[in-house]
Amino acid sequence: MTRATKARADQRPSRSLTDYFYDPKSRGIMLQLTVAVILIWLIWSVVDNTIRNLEAQGIAAGFGFLRNTSGFDISQSLISYTSTDTHGRAFLVGLLNTLLVAVVGVVLATVIGFVIGIARLSQNWLVSTLAAVYIETIRNVPPLLMLFAVYFGVIKTLPRPRDSIEFPFATYLNLRGLYLPRPIWDEAIWFVLLAFVIGFIAAFWINRRAKKIQIETGVQPRVLFPVLGCVLGLPALAFVLAGFPVSFDVPQLGRFNLRGGFVISPEFIALVSGLTLYTAAFIAEIVRSGILSVPKGQREAASALGLRDGQVMRLIIIPQALRVIIPPLTNQYLNLTKNSSLAVAIGYPDLVSVFAGTVLNLTNQAVEVIIMTMAVYLSLSLLTSVFMNWFNARVALVER
Amino acid sequence: MRNWVAAGLALVMSYGQQMELAAAQTSTLDTVKSRGQLQCGVSTGLAGFGAPNDAGVWQGLDVDICRAVASAVLKDADKIKFVPLTAKERFTALQSGEIDLLSRNTTWTMSRDTAAGLNFTGINYYDGQGFMVKKTLDVVSAKELSGASICVQTGTTTELNLADYFRSNKMEYNPVVFEKLSEALGAYNAGRCDAFTTDVSQLYSIRLTLGNANDHIVLPEIISKEPLGPVVRQGDPQWANIVRWTLFAMINAEELGVTQSNVDQMKNSKNPAIRRLLGVEGEYGVAMGVDKDWAYHIIKLVGNYGESFDRNVGAGSPLGIARGQNALWRDGGLQYAPPIR
Repeated sequence: MTRATKARADQRPSRSLTDYFYDPKSRGIMLQLTVAVILIWLIWSVVDNTIRNLEAQGIAAGFGFLRNTSGFDISQSLISYTSTDTHGRAFLVGLLNTLLVAVVGVVLATVIGFVIGIARLSQNWLVSTLAAVYIETIRNVPPLLMLFAVYFGVIKTLPRPRDSIEFPFATYLNLRGLYLPRPIWDEAIWFVLLAFVIGFIAAFWINRRAKKIQIETGVQPRVLFPVLGCVLGLPALAFVLAGFPVSFDVPQLGRFNLRGGFVISPEFIALVSGLTLYTAAFIAEIVRSGILSVPKGQREAASALGLRDGQVMRLIIIPQALRVIIPPLTNQYLNLTKNSSLAVAIGYPDLVSVFAGTVLNLTNQAVEVIIMTMAVYLSLSLLTSVFMNWFNARVALVER
Repeated sequence: MRNWVAAGLALVMSYGQQMELAAAQTSTLDTVKSRGQLQCGVSTGLAGFGAPNDAGVWQGLDVDICRAVASAVLKDADKIKFVPLTAKERFTALQSGEIDLLSRNTTWTMSRDTAAGLNFTGINYYDGQGFMVKKTLDVVSAKELSGASICVQTGTTTELNLADYFRSNKMEYNPVVFEKLSEALGAYNAGRCDAFTTDVSQLYSIRLTLGNANDHIVLPEIISKEPLGPVVRQGDPQWANIVRWTLFAMINAEELGVTQSNVDQMKNSKNPAIRRLLGVEGEYGVAMGVDKDWAYHIIKLVGNYGESFDRNVGAGSPLGIARGQNALWRDGGLQYAPPIR
């Protein structure tokens, strides 16, 4: 051991406080600690003050109200609900209604958005111009206005219940909604479901085998009919064998409305179509930018290999474009979900209407209700992000 | 850096102290006086009860309560900031201190009075919920409405009464719930609903705005008690007293025959009840923090209850609602005020 190192080793334990203060590492930790303490203290003081203020004003606090009887009715519910159920159940009803709009809206907006985005790039002048007009018009209208236009457009155009438009299979359309016959399944339906599951697995296996054959020999086996036979034919056969295990509750004209059957309300139709059309315009632009980001050479090379136009799009362009498309697409999904809270304006019973509207007013528990509502939207957004990030990682360019 | 931390901490501490000050209730009366203006929550536009007229001046039975309170406290019926609130926003606005007084056709219920940090101070209109339908529907009674679609505004006791009525009569219905009156009415008018339901007073007021008023009828059934009145925050009894006695003063004035036009002569009246009301004898207003001639200003600037009723919703208005339950007790109605003495 040299003298120098020895001296340093002796010095180490006797580092003064100032040394720690000027050491970048410990200084960083101290700063972060200070910030964290201030932040926690701020949050605590806000919460504490809120609670104390509520107490001082004599406002009941806590989540006990969720167990109380709600006393009001909701027009559309995916689970059984009556006015004798609790506020907690009303919350669930609103949540499910919001999820329904979000899921249906996301699926439809994606499909329409992709179609329009591809149409925008079409060689056909009319198709690409129409797509451009659609995108530019819709994108520049506020979503609330769009909902009003669609909703009042829908209910002002459609006929009254007595003059319903009649479709085949006892389906009716009027300004109170779309009435469909409601299937009532017999017990033997599990037989059909089983056949469907088996058929699905078989079809999956056929596809895998076809791919294997193609890779090994270069021959493409025809799979369309065997797959269709498994997925549709097998359940149909089971359906016949089980002796048609279904009956229908058919809508019939009552004094005011059609009674019975399954109703899709005009509010739902207006909300989903309004949000879908609006979001699809943004998705179309995202899809267009994604496709344009794939170098031209890729398309030319694929054509040179003898792939057909559809195959070029499906196998070469889209998989590469997806890498550019997915991150902004996630944003649009989040926007659609959040915009669904505009439902309250057109009478659709979503979470904001049922819970942050009616329940809030009946119980006056503004703080609790708004916190719960915000937590729901936050979790929905985070879940969507997590899923889309996972999907993005899957399709991301694997660089070798 | 130490200075920075110290400064930050000091800032945070002072912030905390401010919050604690806010938590300790200050007197609403002092706030209103020092501000020189009453902040009054009113309807977003309900003809007869609270709506701006062609000149943009707020008018109505509920608006007159705001004006009367401002007259009693500030001696000026116009030193008011009117805050239009939807049914959904109104209680939060009051609880949070955004407004001093809520006078917006609000039903007095037990849960609102006890668990929501609110205090109701009286009843300025006895109302009840009813239904309006189109004449072409050929419905004459609410009992015939089984299976109907019914448009309703959210955030009101209306939704609850509706559910109770149909449940107790074993009838079905389909509620279509809107946040704003305008959309609910738009949907009713377009035929989305067979009936629109709310308090009967509002139905009469709304009927006038629906094109041809005679195309719509109000069904005779009244399905609920809806005592409407002004509301204040809980925890300030002095302010609650002022609002409560403002309404009582208006009702007493009608009973005693003191009107906007004769109030100055009435100051010389020999009737001791009138002399006490107008502050000629005794100092009744002082005990609740206003001047002894508080009621004189109310009647001089706004008028008595009967005058307010008549010009806003009664015979002297387009609504033409009969006094009915809202007549004075001695005329067979329910309006009754405790004496000033």
